[in-house]
This record gives sequence, C-alpha cells and structure tokens, in this order.
Amino acid sequence: MIHFILLFSRQGKLRLQKWYTTLPDKEKKKIVREIVQIILSRNQKTSSFVDWKDLKLVYKRYASLYFCCAIEDQDNELLTLEIVHRYVELLDRYFGNVCELDIIFNFEKAYFILDEFIIGGEVQETSKRSAVKAIEDSDMLQETVEEYMNKPAF
Amino acid sequence: MPAVSKGDGMRGLAVFISDIRNCKSKEAEIKRINKELANIRSKFKGDKALDGYSKKKYVCKLLFIFLLGHDIDFGHMEAVNLLSSNRYTEKQIGYLFISVLVNSNSELIRLINNAIKNDLASRNPTFMGLALHCIANVGSREMAEAFAGEIPKILVAGDTMDSVKQSAALCLLRLYRTSPDLVPMGDWTSRVVHLLNDQHLGVVTAATSLITTLAQKNPEEFKTSVSLAVSRLSRIVTSASTDLQDYTYYFVPAPWLSVKLLRLLQCYPPPEDPAVRGRLTECLETILNKAQEPPKSKKVQHSNAKNAVLFEAISLIIHHDSEPNLLVRACNQLGQFLQHRETNLRYLALESMCTLASSEFSHEAVKTHIETVINALKTERDVSVRQRAVDLLYAMCDRSNAQQIVAEMLNYLETADYSIREEIVLKVAILAEKYAVDYTWDDVQGYAAKTVFEALQAPACHENLVKVGGYILGEFGNLIAGDPRSSPLIQFNLLHSKFHLCSVPTRALLLSTYIKFVNLFPEIKTTIQDVLRSDSQLKNADVELQQRAVEYLRLSTIASTDILATVLEEMPPFPERESSILAKLKKKKGPGTVTDLEEIKKERSSDMNGSAEPASVNASAVSTPSPSADLLGLGAAPLANSAPPPSSSGSLLVDVFSDSASAVAPLAPGSDDNFARFVCKNNGVLFENQLLQIGLKSEFRQNLGRMFIFYGNKTSTQFLNFTPTVICSDDLQSSLNLQTKPVDPTVDGGAQVQQVVNIECVSDFMEAPILNIQFRYGGTFQNLSVKLPITLNKFFQPTEMSSQDFFQRWKQLSNPKQEVQNIFKAKHPMDAEITKAKIIGFGSALLEEVDPNPANFVGAGIIHTKTTQIGCLLRLEPNLQAQMYRLTLRTSKEAVSQRLCELLSEQF
Repeated sequence: MIHFILLFSRQGKLRLQKWYTTLPDKEKKKIVREIVQIILSRNQKTSSFVDWKDLKLVYKRYASLYFCCAIEDQDNELLTLEIVHRYVELLDRYFGNVCELDIIFNFEKAYFILDEFIIGGEVQETSKRSAVKAIEDSDMLQETVEEYMNKPAF
Repeated sequence: MPAVSKGDGMRGLAVFISDIRNCKSKEAEIKRINKELANIRSKFKGDKALDGYSKKKYVCKLLFIFLLGHDIDFGHMEAVNLLSSNRYTEKQIGYLFISVLVNSNSELIRLINNAIKNDLASRNPTFMGLALHCIANVGSREMAEAFAGEIPKILVAGDTMDSVKQSAALCLLRLYRTSPDLVPMGDWTSRVVHLLNDQHLGVVTAATSLITTLAQKNPEEFKTSVSLAVSRLSRIVTSASTDLQDYTYYFVPAPWLSVKLLRLLQCYPPPEDPAVRGRLTECLETILNKAQEPPKSKKVQHSNAKNAVLFEAISLIIHHDSEPNLLVRACNQLGQFLQHRETNLRYLALESMCTLASSEFSHEAVKTHIETVINALKTERDVSVRQRAVDLLYAMCDRSNAQQIVAEMLNYLETADYSIREEIVLKVAILAEKYAVDYTWDDVQGYAAKTVFEALQAPACHENLVKVGGYILGEFGNLIAGDPRSSPLIQFNLLHSKFHLCSVPTRALLLSTYIKFVNLFPEIKTTIQDVLRSDSQLKNADVELQQRAVEYLRLSTIASTDILATVLEEMPPFPERESSILAKLKKKKGPGTVTDLEEIKKERSSDMNGSAEPASVNASAVSTPSPSADLLGLGAAPLANSAPPPSSSGSLLVDVFSDSASAVAPLAPGSDDNFARFVCKNNGVLFENQLLQIGLKSEFRQNLGRMFIFYGNKTSTQFLNFTPTVICSDDLQSSLNLQTKPVDPTVDGGAQVQQVVNIECVSDFMEAPILNIQFRYGGTFQNLSVKLPITLNKFFQPTEMSSQDFFQRWKQLSNPKQEVQNIFKAKHPMDAEITKAKIIGFGSALLEEVDPNPANFVGAGIIHTKTTQIGCLLRLEPNLQAQMYRLTLRTSKEAVSQRLCELLSEQF
C-alpha cells in the first residue's frame, strides 16, 4: 500500500500531502523535510526509486512539480509510477492542461480527485472516465448549489 | 491575480491564497495569516449566523493555513456542522477538513461519527462515498469501533452501487489494517471472494486489494479466491488490448488489476488443482512471451505498465519456486533487463534477481550474471542501483564465488557512498564468517590480540578501540606475550597510557582488564597493584571505579593463584544466537528487506509444506524417480527437516521417508572406533566415505555444550533432501536435552553445511545419541547412521586438590558400589605423556605428586548435570611389564563410576 503521497515544487514547497497512515503532525513535518531534501538532491537520469527507512520512495517530476509516493517493499514500483501518471492525467482532464497554479489555487479539488482515485493507500478506480466523472458530477451539484445561492434570499 | 478556480469558485479563498503568494518574507506571511485567522475567528463568533457558503469558505481557508504548516486550534466545530449540510460542496469541504485535521476530541468524534452514520444510511451514493472516504482517511480505532460492523454489510449488499462498493472495500481494508480485531469475519467473507467475478473491473480491483490483505492473515478462509483469481487473470491476459476499454492503460489490459491478482496469488502455494495450475502456468508464460513482443507504443507508460505486470509475474514465479522452466525464463528476462538503457529496469532487475538467487533452480543461472553485476557496482551512477547490486552480490554468494565477491565488495568499499558503507561492511563480515574455510579460533584470537595491540599504538585512538583492546588483551593478551615487543608490561603500559583520557565506563572496563592481567601475567602483579592502590583509583569520586579498584586490589592480594585462575578464567563463548551482524543488518534495513537466504528458504519451505504430499515423497525415496517425482521430493524435504525434534526417536521421520522397517540405517562400519576417538577430544572427523565427510567441533561448559556438525559433500553433485537427524532413545531423552536446527535440504557439490546441536545434560547417562543422515545422491537414496560422541565425561569440570584432600575423599567414597575397577590390556604403546594428555582430554584434572607411586596417574573432577553434581576421582596404574592397566573410578554414584570407567578404559 502507499503510505503517503507528496507533491512539492522544485523549490521544495509542499503543494499537497496525503497520508494513509496515522502519524503525529510533528513527525509528518519531519518526514516531508527529509524526503523533499533527498529527492531534490538526486541527479537527473537516476532511477525513480530510493530506499527510505523500510519503505521505498517512487517519484517523478512533471514540469515544476515532483510527485512522490512512499510504498512498501512488496509493492510494484513501476505501477506506482503509473499511479502518479494516472493522477496527473486526472488532474489534467479536470483542469485542462494542469499546472502548478491550478493545484495551489484549487488545492481542495486536487484532494478530492485523489480521493476518488486512491483510498487507504490502494487504487480504487483506474478508469479515467469513472474517476473524473465522479468529480464532475459533484461539480454539477456545485453549480446547482451556486445557482441556488444566486437566487435572491427572500 | 490568476483567477484560476473551477466549479464553485470561492473568490475570497482565491484572494487570500494570492495574498499569501505575494508575501515577500516569512514574517509578512505570518502577519497576513494572523490577520486572516482573526477575521475568521470573529466571523465564527459573530452574532450573525453564517450561511453555508461562508462557513465552507472559512473552513477551507483554515485548511489552507494548516497545510501551509501552521497550527489551527479552532474551526473544528464549524467543519463538523458542514458535515450535516445537505449541500454536497459544503459536506465535501467539511469531510476534507475532518480528514486532514482530526484530533481525538471525544465530543467531536461522537458528532463526526453521527454525521457519518447518517450519510451511510442516506442511500445517496455520493454522500456514502464521502463518508467512506472519511472513515478510510481517518482510520482511527474509534471509527473502527463505530463502523467495522456496518461496512461489510454495505460491501456485499445486492443493491449497493458499484462506486460505493469500491469505496467500502478499501475503507474496510484500512480499518482491518489499523484494528484487525474489530473487523469480524463472517458470512460476508465468502461473498467478498465472489466479487472477483464482478462485472465491474473497478469493483474487482478494489476487492482484490481487500482480499489479498485478509488472505495473508486468514489463508484458509479465502482459499477459494485462488481459482477465481486465476481465471480472472487468464481472461485479462488473453484479452485483446481494446477489450477492456477504459481499463486498458496504454495498450496494456488492466495492469492494476493484473498486478493485484498476481499479488493475491502470492499469498498461496501453487494451486493444487492441476487444471487451475495449468491455467496459471499458461498465464505466466503468456506474460513472459509478451515481454518479447515489440512494444505497441513508444510511450514510457506502455512499457512501465507492461513491465510492472511482468515483474509481478516473476515475483509469483519466484514465490512458487516450483517450475524450473519458468524460473529459468524469468532469470533470462531479468538478465536482459540488467543491461537495459532504462535505469529503472536495471534497478528492478537487480532487485528481483536477489530473490531469484535463493531458488535452487535458478541460483546457478543467476550466478552467470556475476560480471554484469560487479560492473554495475563499478559504473552505475545512481546510488540506489549500486545498492541493489550490492544486495544481489550478497544474495548470489556461495562457496564457489565467495572470495571473488568479498574481494569486489571490499574493493568497492573504498569509494562507496557513505550511506551504504556500513551495510557493505556488515555484508562482507557475514559472508566472510559464513564461508570461512578455516575455523582455527586460536589463531584468530592471537591474530585479534596482535591486531588490536598494533592499532593501540596509534597516538590517538577512538575510545571504542580502547574498549575492544582492553577486552581482547585481557582475554588473549597471553597469546602475544611471548613476543618481547608485546610483553606483558608493554601491553599493560600501552593500555594504561590511554586510561586517563577515557570515560568512566571504559576505565571500569580497563580495571577489569588489569585484574585479568594479574592472572595472566603474575610477573606484573605488583605494577598493577600499585596502580590499583593509587589514590586516583582507591579514592576515585566515581563509586563504580572506586569499588572495582578496592575489590580487585583485595582479590589480587588475598586470593591464591588457583582461585584467581578460576575467578578470572577466560570468558565463556557467547551463547549461540542469531548472528549479531545479521541482526544489525536487519535492524538497519528494517524487516523484510534483508535478503537472508536461509530465511527466504525457510519461509518458502513452510509454504511448500502445505501442498506437498508425503505419499509421493515415499515413492521418490525408494524407487528410481522420474524427474517430476524428484521435484515433489524437493518440495517435501523441508517437511522432514523441520518436523521431528530430536527427542521424537525419529519415528515421524521414518514414517515420512521410508517404506522399510530399517528406516534408520544400522551404524556405519568403523563408527565405534571413531566414536572412541572423540571421548578425549572435541574436534575432528567423525565419519567419511566416498560421498560425505562429517566433521565435528564441540565445546562444553558445566552441564551445557554445543556441537557443530559439518557435512561436507565430497562429490560434484548436489545432495538433495539432505536430512540429518539426531535420535535419542527414550532413556536417553530424559537425561540429555538436545536441540538441533534444521539444515538446508540441498548441499551443493563440494559444499559444506553446518548444523548446530545445543546440548544440555539433565542427569547422568550411558548411551550415546545416534546421528542419522538421509539424502538423495544422483537418484539413489542414502541412509547412514553414526554414534554422536556426546559422552558423560564431556560435562567434567577438572578439580585441583592436594594429596591429602584427594586421599581423604578417596576414603569417603569407599562404599563398594561407588568404586568400579577394570584391569585391561594396553591397546596402544604405554607412553606416559600421551596418557596424561588423554586424562586431561577426558576432562578431569591431572593431579601431580598425589599418588605415592609417580608412575600412577590420578585425576579428579566434577560431572555437572542439571540436577546434580557428581564428584569423581580416578586412578590409573600402568604395569609396563605386563602391558596392562588397572583403572579405578570412585564417584558418588555407581552408574557414573561404571560409565566413566567404560569410556576411559577404551582409551589406552
């Protein structure tokens, strides 16, 4: 299972953190600092895998953002790379040419999309259509709410 | 400001985020955040009731602030309020906030659980989804207590929507991981297994994750999932790349589901049903075949997904470890990847080969890649990959290549990354220890003393070196004292020159070394006493140092040399336990990552036990086996190996392995002679024929002992099903407690395996245990037995005593039953020195100048058993003229006198 997913910029700014195991906040901050530093210090053309404690970090850079998953020893590394890619595709499909700013300004959406895709550190839905549909459905609900809100409140 | 926002567009939030991004300094950011927090606080506290939208917006701002790394201590209640909103977006933000910022405030948890309960009961799939996500995200015990009973029902209910089923399966998985005791197994488990047949591949994917985890802990309960998983896998693997529509990922059909199914199958041994097994083998072959096909796309996603499935298939092949053909194909495939231009593939190939190296079918095939791996160690630019290369070298190491591999590792160590140096050192140490060809410990001890002495010459030593030096010289300094350059005084002065620079614990240790020196080197006793007596020791402010100085000084002054020798005797060998270096390596790498061959084999063999049938083993043991019978035999070997404890008279082993009455072979010819030779010595060759050599090394202390049995394969062919068993008769069992560890059932040609026997003498005993060895060599079944020289005299502790004491005790043991005498003809030349050596080797002290007749030999000692100690006196009177001896034993117990007399009479 995936233990956590981190998204951070090349400058080391954390953009998204998703934890599938329970840890104290302090511990989380320490881990984030450590991992961001490990990954930013790696050269290009190295493998996408780093041993870290008893977990394995699988990471990939998309434009200015690093996506990093911490998985267990018996988990499939290559497929974890594709989990990252599928997530990027989902973001892309939702935002349309997703960029770092989309994730900064709509961080809650990035979390929702991730939740549709992965639960408890395991892939829930690998079909792009189903996952995005769930989010778009909820946006539809939002629009309706929005319309409702725009009605005069008398 | 880039007004990038979608859906509901919380304008206030976008403005705030934009402000934060524009802050030039950390201080400015904190200032802006504090301003916002004050604003939100006042809104929440204000008299005016906030509408849902505002509440959502402020909660979302708080969440953003928290995710920036700041503490949030309010807003929880507002978030909980959002949960009960009927508007999806408000509920959604509420749940997100709760998921990220839970705390175990009991009041809140109750409210949250209440909201979740309502949503689960709402039958609105989107609300149910949100609630399930929240439970899975929080995953706390309280949540498990509240919902672990409910979720299985949602999961298997006929009218649950597919998307909710998916969420429910993974939510349950999360709860099972955190609180397995709270998830009740029940009727639902069989229905969950049938989700593997579900139409909706998303449901199957989620269910497979759940089933895999449950099956790991309850394999029996989920056994039926094997055939379902195989047929599902088979349908995927053989489908055309477009059949699965959305679940085809870059031309690879359902890679996630395939990998999960392959992982599920790794919870079980190979399927027993031949049809299922055949179908699975076909799947695995198809996956291996596809690897050779040209890629359907140049995209890395295509090759990653395809290879992900391939690597998982290889993992399953290795896990089953039963199809030589597949194993060799897997090895060849990985061999190709070792030289692939993609670093990721080289990395994974090295990693996967590590486990392949421990299979008997592919170990040799893996070894052929040694040059490539060594080259990887030298040329790979990525430390992760080099690390894997080190792991693989370690895994492929055996007697045949140990020297080369250790040399390469040592070579690499000089330039290795600091992050992996320690591990390399540990691995080198383990390999050197494991494949050491020379077990002469005396040399090692002397070498250690010499080396540490030289190292201590350096003007500045690390304190740890002083500790090690203090210990080793205190134990073995005498081994180098003959050299005038490391005479006792020089050793002492060298250590003492470091004394004042050391911490208290090290100084305490050095004081112990000094008192050990008093025993080892009486000639420097006064020098050491002077040091102990000095004010800086006797009046040291540290109470531990002071006490040691006082006690050691007294001890050195009043104790006789005998007492000193006893008190300050060489430290006993450390008890047998897991190799400390191995333990360290494991600790370093965390569980499950050390590729310890033995362990992997052990694990696998226990898997095999479940499936191998003893009946077919029987057949393979007696008749000339067909190649397939041979395989079954291999699978079953560990069964016999781990089954009988030595005390079970070997009957279980007999039942499994042989059809004839003479299950345990009669004693090998010459066995008695060899046995007698070990009465007075502990090391040597016990048995040897054209195939096998058995060597022994043993050590005894008080009523405990340890014997290392070395089985050497003298041929160039493997021994299979190699099963040594130590057998005690019922009588013997009650007096002698033996524990053996199983050995590897395969002994390679030219290789040697070691078995340790831990021995405890409970009470005195007559017979000797039998060592029975069974194995298959080139299609024939070998079965032989030898007596294992564990004899009563091994538990002797020598006792020195004066002539007066001796004869006084001799007289005390005058009851006729306590004395046993034997007069016998000499079988060997009557050489006084050899006789002395034998009596000492027998275990008793040789007492000089006790017997009035100097030609006689007198000995004394105590036999230690767990229950009692038995004092023993012996007297051997040679008659050179008649070439005869008279041997007299007096002990407090008749049977002991009898047995010792028997044993010793055979020696002269």
